[in-house]
This record gives sequence, C-alpha cells and structure tokens, in this order.
Amino acid sequence: MASLVGSRVERKEDKRFLTGKGRYTADINLANQTYAIFVRSPHARASIKKINIDKASKSSGVVSILTGKEIADDKIGGLIAGWAIRSEDGTEMKCPGNPPLAKDNVNFVGDPVAVVIAESLAEAKEAAEKVEVDYKVLKAVTSTADAMNGDTIHEGIDKNLCFDWLLGDRQKVKEAFDKADKVISIDIVNNRLIPNAMEPRACVADYNAASEEITLYTTSQNPHLSRLIMSAFGNVAPEHKLRVVAPDVGGGFGSKINVYNEDIVCSWAAKKINRAIKWVAERSESFLTDIHGRDHVTHAELAVTKDGKFLGFKNETIANLGAYARVFGTVTPTYLFGPCATGVYEIPAAYTNVKAVYTNTAPVDAYRGAGRPEATYTIERLVEKASMELGIDKTELRIKNFPTVFPFKQTLVHTVDSGDYVAGMEKAKQMADYKGFEARRKESEAKGKLRGIGVTSYFEACGIAPSAAVMSLGCGVGLWESAEVRFNPTGQVTVYTGSHSHGQSHQTTFAQIAADELGVPIENIDIVHGDTDKGTFGMGTYGSRSLAVGGIAIVNACKKIVEKGKRVTAKMLEANPEDVEFKDGEFIVSKSNKKKTIGEVAFACYLPGVRDEMKSPLPEGDEPGLKETSFYDPSNFSFPAGTHIAEVEIDPETGHVKLQKYTACDDFGRIINPMVVEGQVHGGLAQGIGQALYENAEYDETGQLMTGSYMDYTMPRADNFPEFNIGYTCTHATTNPLGVKGCGEAGAIAAPPTVMNAVIDALGGQEVTMPATAEKVWKACKNLKKSNAKAA
Amino acid sequence: MIKSYRVRILIKGEIMGKISLEVNGRKVEKEASDNTLLSTFLREHLQLTGTHIGCDTSQCGACVVHVDGNSLKSCTALAADVNGSKVTTIEGLETNGKMHPMQEAFKKLHGLQCGFCTPGMVMSAVDLLQKNKKPSDTEIRDWLEGNICRCTGYQNIVAAVKEAATKM
Repeated sequence: MASLVGSRVERKEDKRFLTGKGRYTADINLANQTYAIFVRSPHARASIKKINIDKASKSSGVVSILTGKEIADDKIGGLIAGWAIRSEDGTEMKCPGNPPLAKDNVNFVGDPVAVVIAESLAEAKEAAEKVEVDYKVLKAVTSTADAMNGDTIHEGIDKNLCFDWLLGDRQKVKEAFDKADKVISIDIVNNRLIPNAMEPRACVADYNAASEEITLYTTSQNPHLSRLIMSAFGNVAPEHKLRVVAPDVGGGFGSKINVYNEDIVCSWAAKKINRAIKWVAERSESFLTDIHGRDHVTHAELAVTKDGKFLGFKNETIANLGAYARVFGTVTPTYLFGPCATGVYEIPAAYTNVKAVYTNTAPVDAYRGAGRPEATYTIERLVEKASMELGIDKTELRIKNFPTVFPFKQTLVHTVDSGDYVAGMEKAKQMADYKGFEARRKESEAKGKLRGIGVTSYFEACGIAPSAAVMSLGCGVGLWESAEVRFNPTGQVTVYTGSHSHGQSHQTTFAQIAADELGVPIENIDIVHGDTDKGTFGMGTYGSRSLAVGGIAIVNACKKIVEKGKRVTAKMLEANPEDVEFKDGEFIVSKSNKKKTIGEVAFACYLPGVRDEMKSPLPEGDEPGLKETSFYDPSNFSFPAGTHIAEVEIDPETGHVKLQKYTACDDFGRIINPMVVEGQVHGGLAQGIGQALYENAEYDETGQLMTGSYMDYTMPRADNFPEFNIGYTCTHATTNPLGVKGCGEAGAIAAPPTVMNAVIDALGGQEVTMPATAEKVWKACKNLKKSNAKAA
Repeated sequence: MIKSYRVRILIKGEIMGKISLEVNGRKVEKEASDNTLLSTFLREHLQLTGTHIGCDTSQCGACVVHVDGNSLKSCTALAADVNGSKVTTIEGLETNGKMHPMQEAFKKLHGLQCGFCTPGMVMSAVDLLQKNKKPSDTEIRDWLEGNICRCTGYQNIVAAVKEAATKM
C-alpha cells in the first residue's frame, strides 16, 4: 500500500464547504431561541455612574436585560490571563479584573456593559438603543510608547505596567558591546493588527433544565480549553454540566483562542432565562472586540565586529496589552517573543527586556505568529541595517553568523534540534535569482522606478508544548495533546483529536497519518474534533501545534492499537506475539504464511468468543474492544526555519509599492500533505505582507478605533499579490516520531521584515514604518530626491 | 427595479410583503418585512445558510449569489428589490449531485481552507467565466477584488479559476 503521508491528498472537508453545507455557529438555530445584543461602551475610559433599563425593558419583545450587577451578584467570574509572568525584580505581574459585563468601569470602546435578550434580533437591537448608561468620561491612554506616563487605568497598577520582564544577561551583553567594533541600532514599531477571520465571532447557548446542562456552540479554536476556563474561572457551570461545541469555524488566526465575554454571558443568561440565546457579531463589533495583535515599540542594538561577526544583542520593547490581560496576552510579548529575537544566529550575549503596558484599547493577544513575527522583525531589520552599514552582502552576513552544528543551543532559551540554515539560504537565493537582481534594478530604474530586494532568515519555536517547559515558564496549563482512536467492529476508524481545525485540514492530514499507521483506507477514517462531549480533553489549535503535538498523539494511539492487534493475532494464530509483524494493514506471523487483516483482528476484539466457525479468543489480560487513547507531551518545541526574499518596485511619483517577487524557502521537516502546507504558507505570507504594506489598526487620542470597518482597515485582496514562489529544504525534526515541524505561522513571521527590507533597500536605507503606505513611501522618495540632489 | 411588490401594513409601520423568487430552480414565496436583505432572506427565511455574512459594509463578498445570472453581493439588495428574479446560491450549483467545474477546481487545487469566504468566492468566479472565458491572472485577481479571503493568500483560488476555465 502506497504511503499517504507526503501525498497531495484532496481534502475530505471540501465538499461540504463547496456546496454550502458547512455548519458554522451562525448557521445554527435552536427551537424557541432568543437573540442577544450587547450594549457596549462608546468611550475608551469611563466610570459607570448609572444604568437605566426602564425604557428598554418595556420595549417590544424584550425577554431580559442583564448588566454587570447581575453577573457580579451571581458570582460569575471574569476573563483571565493564562500565563503568569514575573518582572525582573521578582514581582508577579499585575492583572486587573475583567468582568464579562463591566460594572464600575469601562476600559475600551466596545467593552460590554449590558446584554439585551429579545424574541427577535430587530427587537433586541431596538431595545438596546433604549438602554441608558450614564458615564463619567475619563482621559484615555492609547499610546503604546507613552502608556507609562498616562493616567492610571486600573487602580493599583502603577504606570499602567503589567510587568517589566527580562530574559538574558545585561552584564554579559554590556561586556560584549564593550568589545564591539560597531553598534547598529534601530527603533521600530510593530504595528497593531486586527486578525479578521472571515467568520465573525458568534455563539448559541442552550440550557437543558432536565439535565441541568448548558450547551454552548461557539467560534472557538479550543473548545475544551474554553470549557475549562468558563468552568474553573467563570463559574458558569461545572465541567460535566457544560458542553462546548466549536463546529465549522471560519478561520481563527489566534483571535478565537480566547473565551470572550459573550460566551460567558450567553451561557450564564441561557440558564437564567431557561431558553436558548443566539448572538452573532457584526463585523464592526469584531473590529472593536476581537483581540488585536502585535503593537510593540522597540529599540534594539546589535554589537558587531568589523568583519561582521555578531557579538551581542539588546532588545528594549514596550508591548501594548490593551485594556486587559487575556489568555495568551502576557506570554506573547515574553516567552514567544524574547527567545526568538536573536534570530537564527549565534550571538554570544543577548537580552530582551519587555515592559507590558495597559492602554484603553482592545486587548492584544496571540495573532498568527504571536511574538515571533515581532521578534523576527526586530532582528532581521537590524541585520539588514548592519549589512548596509558594514558593506557586507546581506546574505553573506547572515551565513557568517548561522550555526552549522545541530542541536544548536540558541542564546536565550531554546535548543534547536535540527536545521540547515545555509542550505535554506542557498536554495532561496537560487529560487529568487538573487544574482540577477542588479540587472532587474537597472531595468526598473530605466522605467523611472526604484527597485529593492529584502532578505529574512528566520527560525521560530512552535508546536507549543512541552508541559514541563511551559509550566516552568508560567503557563497555567500543560500543553500536551490527546487523541483517541476507535476501531469500529466492522472496520472503519474514528479518530478523536483534542486539537481543532478552522481551516487547517485536520480531517484530511490526520486521516492520512492514521491511514498509514493502521493500513486502513482513508475513506474509512473519520477525524472528529470540536465537541467536548466527543473525545478526550485537548488543548486546541494555535502556535502551529496541531500536527507536531496532536498528530503525534494520533500516531501513538495507533501504535497502541497495533500492539494489541499483535497480541490478538498471536492468540488467534497460535504464535508468539514477538513473531507477529504489522505491515500495510496486515498482521503476519514471521516465517509463515499465516496472517490476519487489521479488520479481522478488530472484529475479533469485539466478538471475543467461540461459536461454530467463529473463533476469536482474546489473550489473557486483554479486554474486549479496540480503542486506544494517547496523551502526548513532546520533549521540545519544533523549530521550522527558512529564508525568504522579496523584491519590490516603487513608483516615486505616487509612492505606490508593488511587490514584484516573493520567494519562500522553508524547512518544515517532513511534510504530510504538500498541498495543504503550500496553502498554509500562502495564507501566512498574505497576512505578513498585509502587515508590511496594508494593514494597520489605529486609535485616536480619545481611544476611538479609526479603522473599524473594511472601508478603513485595508484587508489584502487578490490583486495585491504576485504569485508566490514556494520551495523547501527538509531536515526532519528529531524530537517527534514523524519528524514534523509546524508550518502555519512561518509566512506571517518572515514576510514583514522581508518586504520591509526590500522597501527600505529601494529607498536607499531610509526607515519607513509599517505599513509602507503610498503616502509614507512618497514622502521618503521626496527625501531621497533631495539627498541625491545634494550628493550630486 | 421593484417588480410586482404587494405590500400590507403591520404593527409599528413595518411593512410586510410577499417575496416570490425562483431559488435554485425552485419557486418560493415567503412573507418578509420590507427591510429584509436578500442575504437575510436566503439564510433566515429559506434556511440556505451556504450564503455567508462576513461584514456589514458590503466589502467581503462572502454573500455573493447570482440574480438573473449575474453575481451580486446579496447584502446589497433588499429581497423586495429582486422580487420575481431567479436566484442561484452555492447550494444550487451542483447538477444531479455532481459538483460544478468551479467547485471541482477549488477542491483539486486547494482553493479553500476554512470555507467561510468560499461560497461567495465560487459564485463570483463562476460569473467571471460567464463573462470572460479565458481570463488572465491579472483579470482574475482584479475581478476577485471584491471577495476577501483571509486563509489562502488567493494563489490557489486564482489557480482554481484558471483550471475551471479549461473545463467550462
């Protein structure tokens, strides 16, 4: 049987999506359901003096109006940060309470203060307009860089500082800088982004008074984790009385990791009114209340010798957490950022210092790449600048500082098991025709255009796990993953995974893995996920962890099935279990022609008796049935890496940047389905290029979101991109049995510095902040003309 | 634009009317208020939830359907506006259980990931090929400017449209 792992298997999930049969949360309607509309703060910072619901309560169709008072009276808990970070001085981070409905204070535009539940959506909207909230408006803090100098947002949190965290050794770095021939320094802003999964968030909560069970259908990347948080911290219901279902979910990119206010409020309220409640975000609500991403202000320095060896690295960053610290809000700018900020280089001394600040803006949390795009942007912009200042070719400078021996003990935290960074660079250069660039630059010049080339070499730590490591760094849970493999009596297999697909293709790629492990045709394998009532507890999907953690759990559970199969076969065929081999779905007694198919063995496991022709005895000590579970906790993160090269052409008359070529050469270890991996790379690139050239979330000084719709926030469109040139090198991960590494975030991590390095190259080294809009670039072009005129 | 629109007055001045359409080859007639968007009518009144709502400013294109053969963002029209029309939604693109060449091409070339923008994207792409049998890459990318996808980076969508063009 040909191996399916490594093949371009068409997706099992596609037909339902292509024929309109997907079932997203907003498609679910329950009998006798009501509709929820949230009353949200129009102010970025205010105290709530009074809420008057008298008029609203009399509005037609209103079932119930609930505020922060009721939710506090019922002792429903708030939203939490999942990762405890300690400051350099040893103190614990400072987190404010974040009630699902604000009672005393609101801290960003969109912070919910009440929920109106009515018989119809129109009636809920109409009544919500009649809820009168008397606010005392306070001065908002919105700037990342100045947040520490602003008014105190949360009582008791001085300077709006959640923590002041250090990773690395300041003294060693000082010594390295003292020895340097040259110090390259850079000030950069990592612009705030809004994830914008195309499916707006939604939830439908139902209460069954007979079983006293709440069922919540919600747009989540991790239903089990949501249930845990809602139960343990939200006090909504005990876990066994709370079922969370994340059906088809239309993209997440990190924005659907968090449990949100609406999940808790609707679940709690459904029980209160004893009816189902449906809430679907309008896009403008998504803009205001989905978690945002990035938003760093950084000063970084690189100490180098004159021949280009890196000696030391400093990174001083202010990270904006928004109004509250959420699930991955505190780890994203620390352990997901700091360790990767030294990039793919051997740098003897380094530190990263992060001051995480609160502002009156939407909470900032993990968005595709989470910390690693910010890290890569910092080091790769710095390295590119070093190449300009040292006059060393940008690819040679990088190669000079690559590690060549693996495992590579990276400066700050990670031991990278495998990789070949030089091979990746060489292949990328070849794919991009790096040598031919000067000729292309001249061609562009002849047309009156400026052409630039930018390079990025990155590595990233993904496959977020292992529990021992992450818990020692402050994570509130272990980040293992589970799988359950059920072999049905008649030969089909159902695989339950604790991870979740919201576009990642688990139904196909996980089935490929199980098909190979068990020798069962892929059409007889179903992957089930997204329902806490189905399968075992799992941690969900984020941080490119599904395959490298969840996929291995499936492999391990399948191996247990095969082990039992060997014992059963030995009993059936009167052989020693050690003499039974398993290959392509058959158990074969070695040096004989005796064998049983896995289907026969499964059947035997369910009919462990003897009757007439049927002889299916089970070995002593084995129970009937064929179902195995694995909870896999890996020994390390996985470390994909690669080199990307971009070329841009700028029209100096308009400032328009056209991305002409984009080459990505990545090392994802062993690839399960090349078609799916290409899709992941394309999508990540689009988001990364979006950050560099188009996307920006902007608040004004009063805390109003200026980019709150698709009319104002530039989403990349089909006509913004050239055809991407994708290639791979492959070094297998040595830390998991499949040899796989994560691939979901690489594009979003590598693309921003790659594109910006190209833009800045075209602009003769002039700094431009992301996104490199026509206006900014046009101004830079004017400066360039002036300085060229001066030089002439 | 409004054809034979029969109205009656209900509570609070909300106007209800009978909407008659031919949807996916089937005649339907339903009461709906005058401010019902075509997208809402399809999803809530006809339970055709394949047509998705991804924004509130008519930008994302997840709700594209065909009205009398032309693609239309169904959130930009009132159901009453298109009364009497023939509407095709993503659910109506198959013939005798066989997927349309555009649907096949999207599957073959991985032109979708989470599937949310897909119905609108496919309906829009089908209309492109009705109007331009052999579009260039640039023409495809320009045409799809009104459909936002956050997953695919568009590359495989463009490839799928080209593939479908060879089969239609």
